[in-house]
Amino acid sequence: MTDGGSGGYRGAGLDLLSSHHLSVGDTVSVTTSDGELAGVIMPRYESASDNYLVIKLKSGYNTGIKTDRVKSISKLPGEKIKTSSTAKVPDEDKSLPRVALISTGGTIASKIDYRTGGVHAALSAAELYSSVPELANYARVDPEVLLSEYSENLKPEHWTLIAKKVAEKIESGDYNGIVVSHGTDTMHYTSAALSFALQNIPIPVVLVGAQRSSDRPSSDAAVNLLGATIFAARANVSGVFVAMHAGTSDDVVAVHVGTRVRKNHTSRRDAFESIDVTPAALVRNNEIEMQKESQTKLTARTNAKGMKLQPDFDSRVMLIKYYPGFDPGIIENAAKSGYKVIIFEGTGLGHVNKECFPAIQRAVETGVMVFMTSQCIWGRVSMKVYDTGRDLLSIGVVPLSDMISETATVKAMWALANVQSSKDFKDTMLENISNEISESIPVSD
Amino acid sequence: MAEFNPTELDLKVGFEIHQQLATRTKLFCSCDCEEAGKYDYSFVRKLRPTRSEMGALDPAAMFEFSKMRSVEYNASFGSSCLVEADEEPPHDVSGEALETALIFSLALNSKIMDEIHVMRKIVIDGSNTTGFQRTMLVATGGHFNAGAKRVGVQSICLEEDAAKLIDDGKQTRKYGLDRLGVPLVEIALEPVTGKPDEVMQVALTLGRLLRASKRVARGLGSIRQDVNISLLGGAVVEVKGVQQLDQLVKVIEYETRRQHGLVLIAQKLGERNIVAEKVGKRIADVTEILEAAQSQIVKKILGVPDSIFSAIGIPGFTGMIGYEPYPDIRIGIELGRMVKFYDLDGVFHSDELPNYGITEKEVTAIRKKLQLHDIDAFVIIGGPKNMVGAAADAIIQRLKAAIVGVPAETRAANVDGTTVFLRPRPGAARMYPETDIPTIPVTESMLKDLADKVPKPWDEIVDSIAKKYELNRVIASQIFDSDYLGTFESIIGNTGISPTFVASKLTEGLASLQKQGLDVTALTNEMIADIFGRLDAGSIAKESVLVIFEKLARKEANTVDEAISVSGMSSISDEELSVILDRIIEENAKAVKDKGMGALSTLMGRAMSILRGKADGQKINQFLKDKLEKLVK
Repeated sequence: MTDGGSGGYRGAGLDLLSSHHLSVGDTVSVTTSDGELAGVIMPRYESASDNYLVIKLKSGYNTGIKTDRVKSISKLPGEKIKTSSTAKVPDEDKSLPRVALISTGGTIASKIDYRTGGVHAALSAAELYSSVPELANYARVDPEVLLSEYSENLKPEHWTLIAKKVAEKIESGDYNGIVVSHGTDTMHYTSAALSFALQNIPIPVVLVGAQRSSDRPSSDAAVNLLGATIFAARANVSGVFVAMHAGTSDDVVAVHVGTRVRKNHTSRRDAFESIDVTPAALVRNNEIEMQKESQTKLTARTNAKGMKLQPDFDSRVMLIKYYPGFDPGIIENAAKSGYKVIIFEGTGLGHVNKECFPAIQRAVETGVMVFMTSQCIWGRVSMKVYDTGRDLLSIGVVPLSDMISETATVKAMWALANVQSSKDFKDTMLENISNEISESIPVSD
Repeated sequence: MAEFNPTELDLKVGFEIHQQLATRTKLFCSCDCEEAGKYDYSFVRKLRPTRSEMGALDPAAMFEFSKMRSVEYNASFGSSCLVEADEEPPHDVSGEALETALIFSLALNSKIMDEIHVMRKIVIDGSNTTGFQRTMLVATGGHFNAGAKRVGVQSICLEEDAAKLIDDGKQTRKYGLDRLGVPLVEIALEPVTGKPDEVMQVALTLGRLLRASKRVARGLGSIRQDVNISLLGGAVVEVKGVQQLDQLVKVIEYETRRQHGLVLIAQKLGERNIVAEKVGKRIADVTEILEAAQSQIVKKILGVPDSIFSAIGIPGFTGMIGYEPYPDIRIGIELGRMVKFYDLDGVFHSDELPNYGITEKEVTAIRKKLQLHDIDAFVIIGGPKNMVGAAADAIIQRLKAAIVGVPAETRAANVDGTTVFLRPRPGAARMYPETDIPTIPVTESMLKDLADKVPKPWDEIVDSIAKKYELNRVIASQIFDSDYLGTFESIIGNTGISPTFVASKLTEGLASLQKQGLDVTALTNEMIADIFGRLDAGSIAKESVLVIFEKLARKEANTVDEAISVSGMSSISDEELSVILDRIIEENAKAVKDKGMGALSTLMGRAMSILRGKADGQKINQFLKDKLEKLVK
């Protein structure tokens, strides 16, 4: 919905409005056989039926009127909808750390614009401070809108764009930390991508999102953004992280290592979990608690130069989840379609049906590199325990330890764009670049 | 003091009735609507105000945010799920609830909307985990007859009930999630004149109309009335949470008096030509002045870290903050109740000082510091610094409003009919669309199917109950109006007990306990059914029913078994009964000898005093008669 005037109306609804020279935001009186209703014309969702006009009554309720029941409609004197923003930017405390906030979309700092029906980023400094005033106590935040995309629409090209922007902010030397706001659906893919594209970074880069959109009083956006900003500004570590609610309560934000995190719930605030390791830190009531028992090896915050930016990705990688009844023809097709890498999400310790072996064999022979992760999510693949695993190894399938399958896919796309030979490629996949492989997995509840 | 004559005040009373529905599930999920006996887990949240789709912030929402505290939600398995925890989007609107709202709309001759839009009504006091209440306008207009009077309907909405407040502590507010999401129908009526009998008639008639559908929940809290009260065409005051009809009349009386009192105060202030803008221009920190005072209250307040006292100069108000046009109606009381919402207790005004250990010396010093004239008043407020600032703003707004008269606000009803400030009146800015739920078209064929389900008028239903159960019409109407019609019908269906007996125990019996101030809600429907079941089986006596009710209502027992045991009754066998009666006859041998069969009433009296509740009176009588006859022969 881009045309503010038609506000999502089509068909009969649009005809009614245009024949009366009316548009969204006009105050009107509508007469039907039931009598008169007065209110402001509101936008129509595109997916809804064409044959209704939506008006907001004085009580605040919206209601739909069937267009074929409208006897007359006339414009009343009244103000057009206007969005107001009178928020002030608080005086900056120069002693506070500076944080760059790069917005890529999602709902963390967005407002629903009912004039156009769309969601737009509410990311002027004024709007940001007006929705999360506490931010001003912890950091001077410089917001910048890079993208406005739902995260399911992001592609590897976008990772490149984000990586370059983060690198630019880091190289400016102006910031103590970077926060990247992001839609949650694929945030863990982007965090993995940045973990490989940006190596040896001197400061924390923290991705943050919200599971409840920020147009709701109960949104988790403010607490998450505050946690991410505090960690970016103050934590004495560097690297790429994801900061989201640790539980359903609004008191603790968990900071996960970018390659070891996964979205494990469709809707809960604490959907993001560290896999096989403890989160790097918790931000509890706005205080950072580094998790000493975390198995990830973090590097300290530094002033040293030497950041390595390798922002390119090659998406000729296929992630294949094995299931009973799986058609080995899919493997053949992948090879034929020009895919260079297959990442299997096998069962258990890293298995697929032996009927797949010939297809895998042929793929390997044509130069496709095949890797194994597990659909169990938690734990390491161990392909020497059963015959199936040993057979797969002998065909040339490479086990990827406890690398999360999504991380493995992103890493393969990155390695494909940045490593030349297939031997180097395999070595790179097995090298623990950014904590994507856990050397030891703790016993925990 | 002024003469109080409500008839000249053009009193207008508008009702909003909130009736819980007896649906199988909640409005937006599959959880059941029963109250949770206990809670299994809890979590903590904070809410923030958001802008509405019109870009405005709601004053009521801002007010709640200004005193933001943590909110603890308590939940139990079965009565709530991820939806109530705001961890999962709402499911589709319960078809059963929507159907009920449409039936009520048809019964009230209202115009049903072509397409229903679920809205979010911002409420950030914590009573909704989302920070909004989901509500939808189902119909507008309509009317019904209350006695000879035709009452207009403004609107009919279907909405979710809020979470139940368990505890309102200084740091944390606690809610239970079991009630959140229970379907409610809200019916707003056109204002009527505020005559108590008319008000009662309207509320009673509408209540009966809803109950006639057999689709509404019954029991305490299942129907709540908000009342909008205005007089002399002034601002509308909304009073929330009226649960009983007699309370409603008291609330209207109190509000009429209070609002008229405020009008009288405003008239007096008007004579003084006070400029509202000047109110609150002079504010000073008077902590140092008060530190010297020998006041226990002041010392207690300043004992809390970071606490201060602020003084606000109120030009021209001397004598007016403490002025009482009617008993206990004065601006001072309003201020005191208002600051409680910032968790503050320490508010004093110059009309009541020196007092509370604050002496002339401090009063003079404060006056000097604020550069006040004799005609000027001041208010001092003490507590934690951040709260004092917010409360001072509220006090200034309230005093400015006093110059005009009655401020538009939302108040809460107390059981005694008095009301207390709750928050400013919310506006339309608190409504925005629930984007998670598609709009619902209402088709003509849907409405056609519902026409048969519109409940019959109350009179007809009472007649049919009277006929079906052979009750007299008074008892039939009482059982229908009570909370126990369903219980009554199931007891009659399951036992052979006389309907008149059951109905009288459930109406007059329980009413007599209620008159003694006992909590009859302690008796669940299951307990009541159990008690009559035991009577039917002969294991308790007729006389025991009310005794058991009373033990439960007094909370002397938590179960029927306990009630039977604490009242010392457990039914006895015929053999035991016979032994006891023989003993009684023996003890009264002289009377038997003298009077023969005429001794029966003496013996019966003696026997009942020992055996009440342990054996059925008729049986005792029969046994005694048989024994006497034998003896006399």
